[in-house]
Amino acid sequence: MRKKLRILVAKPGLDGHDRGAKVVARALRDAGFEVIYTGLHQTPEMIVNAALDEDVDAVSMSVLSGAHMFLFSEVIKLLKEKDAADIAVFGGGIIPDEDIPKLMEVGVAKIFTPGSSLKDITGWVDTHVQSTKQ
Amino acid sequence: MSKDLQENLKRWEKETLSPALAKKSERKEEFTTLSDHPVKRLYTPLDTQEIDYTKDLGNPGQYPFTRGVHSTMYRGRLWTMRQFAGFGTAKDSNQRYHYLLKQGQTGLSVAFHMPTIMGYDSDHDRSRGEVGKVGVSIDTLADMETLFDGIPLDQVTTSMTINAPASILWAMYLVVAEKQGVSWDKVGGTTQNDILKEYIAQKSWIYPPRPSMRLIVDMMEFAKDNVPRWNTISISGYHIREAGSTAAQELGFTLADGIGYVQAGVERGMDVDTFAPRLSFFFNAHSDFFEEIAKFRAARRIWARTMKERFGAKNEKSMMCRFHTQTAGCSLTAQQPYNNVIRTTLQAMSGILGGTQSLHTNSLDETLSLPTEEAVTLALRTQQIIAEESGIPATIDPFAGSYFVEKLTNEIEAKALEYIDNIDKMGGVIEAIEKGYPQQEIGNASYKYQRQVEEGEKVVVGVNKYVDATNQEVPILMISDDVEKVQIENVQKVKANRDQAKVDACLQNLKQAAQGTDNVMPFILDAVREYASLGEICDVFRDVFGVYHDPKWL
Repeated sequence: MRKKLRILVAKPGLDGHDRGAKVVARALRDAGFEVIYTGLHQTPEMIVNAALDEDVDAVSMSVLSGAHMFLFSEVIKLLKEKDAADIAVFGGGIIPDEDIPKLMEVGVAKIFTPGSSLKDITGWVDTHVQSTKQ
Repeated sequence: MSKDLQENLKRWEKETLSPALAKKSERKEEFTTLSDHPVKRLYTPLDTQEIDYTKDLGNPGQYPFTRGVHSTMYRGRLWTMRQFAGFGTAKDSNQRYHYLLKQGQTGLSVAFHMPTIMGYDSDHDRSRGEVGKVGVSIDTLADMETLFDGIPLDQVTTSMTINAPASILWAMYLVVAEKQGVSWDKVGGTTQNDILKEYIAQKSWIYPPRPSMRLIVDMMEFAKDNVPRWNTISISGYHIREAGSTAAQELGFTLADGIGYVQAGVERGMDVDTFAPRLSFFFNAHSDFFEEIAKFRAARRIWARTMKERFGAKNEKSMMCRFHTQTAGCSLTAQQPYNNVIRTTLQAMSGILGGTQSLHTNSLDETLSLPTEEAVTLALRTQQIIAEESGIPATIDPFAGSYFVEKLTNEIEAKALEYIDNIDKMGGVIEAIEKGYPQQEIGNASYKYQRQVEEGEKVVVGVNKYVDATNQEVPILMISDDVEKVQIENVQKVKANRDQAKVDACLQNLKQAAQGTDNVMPFILDAVREYASLGEICDVFRDVFGVYHDPKWL
């Protein structure tokens, strides 16, 4: 049997708008994943440490403050440095279309823009996130 | 009459309605508002017979102000058209303000970037990637001087959306006025300064609730004696609604916050009528047209009664729920963004029909980025068309007496009072926040709504119905990363050129005041005059008061 995937839902940066992150976290939990929520105002370092401590398979981040380029890149860079590049990073928020290819280039697996359905998100996790365990 | 009417209605149901329903059933079994409040097929005089016009509605400008806070409303003066704006450096935003004033906007409203909101300077490590993105970066008095360059502060009123560090930004504004030669009794405006709703909904806090409340009461006290035209707190339901609450929750939690501030002022020993007239409110205008109008009307009635009966206010100005309205950002869609213009128009109409004192209409591109100048202009024109062409402002509270709107006003009032009552039973709003009561109620409501959208029970045009794969492209405003570099240079230059010994002394004095019980405002003003930065002043408070962390429940 496939092991239950563990997902870290994180709110990086200074922005406090957590409606989206919490709704997605609940939907992932209801879809049968194990969900860990970081709480607000996390630095990239805090998120990466939490991802390693909690031994997660993916990190999901919600950014509405316009700081997505820096925050996503930084988390991915730190994961690589900690030899944890197999942890998938995906997310959403107020992210202009033209920034999405740039985010994919730095290694973000998927960006969900406003209006994405919860089913799309949970379905994507189910199909695309691989367990980081043997 | 009511007996005749009851019989008349029974006959109508039997002879007219039933045959029609037998032929074709209605579109849905149950009709509800956006907030899931049940809506009946028909409202009649039977629904409003308990209303006493004088006692429950009153004429405009008369207690309990259900029909409006002014006797002439928009016949006397239109609402203030106040578009929230700010981005990049102070220089960038100053240009936008001059543009908006030239377009006929009648008040300013400052949006700050996240580092300012959270009390960090632009050169702080936590500010990386965030400088100038969602608002203007203000680190020191020098930035504030640039922001209002060429704008005489006795001729505009300014609203500042700032909460945890509100006292500092207000001090900077007051010092700019001082330098322009404008005396403080001529300075008007609003600081949002509503920390309670930060813990509940928007989550931009710095210090824990109790010391935060002390800073707010210090501001109320200082304004009362020195800046009499300043609205010290804009008690905000807007963010509560944006976080996913229902209309009744927005009303209940916001008014409970209001009660919390008044209580704190009274506990400081101030006579309620000396500070309550300067409290104002800020509500959301969401998409359910009648529900919103009812909410605004209910807000005025509840606040008037609360102030009179609970706090013994005698000045009618203390009882008036004056409020700003913003259309619902969370209702806007990235799909088919031009539809947002129509949503915003309907929402703006509900705010005006609900008797708002000022209004921000969202721009069509705000689910994608901060608005472009073209998009903001269209949003402002929306208000101007309602004001000048629609005929709506010609008469006061035109929905009064509508069986439906009056009934809905009563029902939303009752639901809001229930939330206020629950909070009272917990010991007050701070205790309720510490228990997570409003936060969890809102979380549940937002998740439920999202599920309803998923199931198609609630329709969002262009998202779950009438979907169109062809993408409407709209131009968007991008904030260059150069802003960060420029602003870091700005703040470091200011820090290098000031009298550091004076700054240190001011910060030391401020620390002592914070540790004691003196009003901190004069000490903040002194520090600001010497160009102490926002981050440095917040660090003093962080040191004395500690910082707040959110409970990690979902």
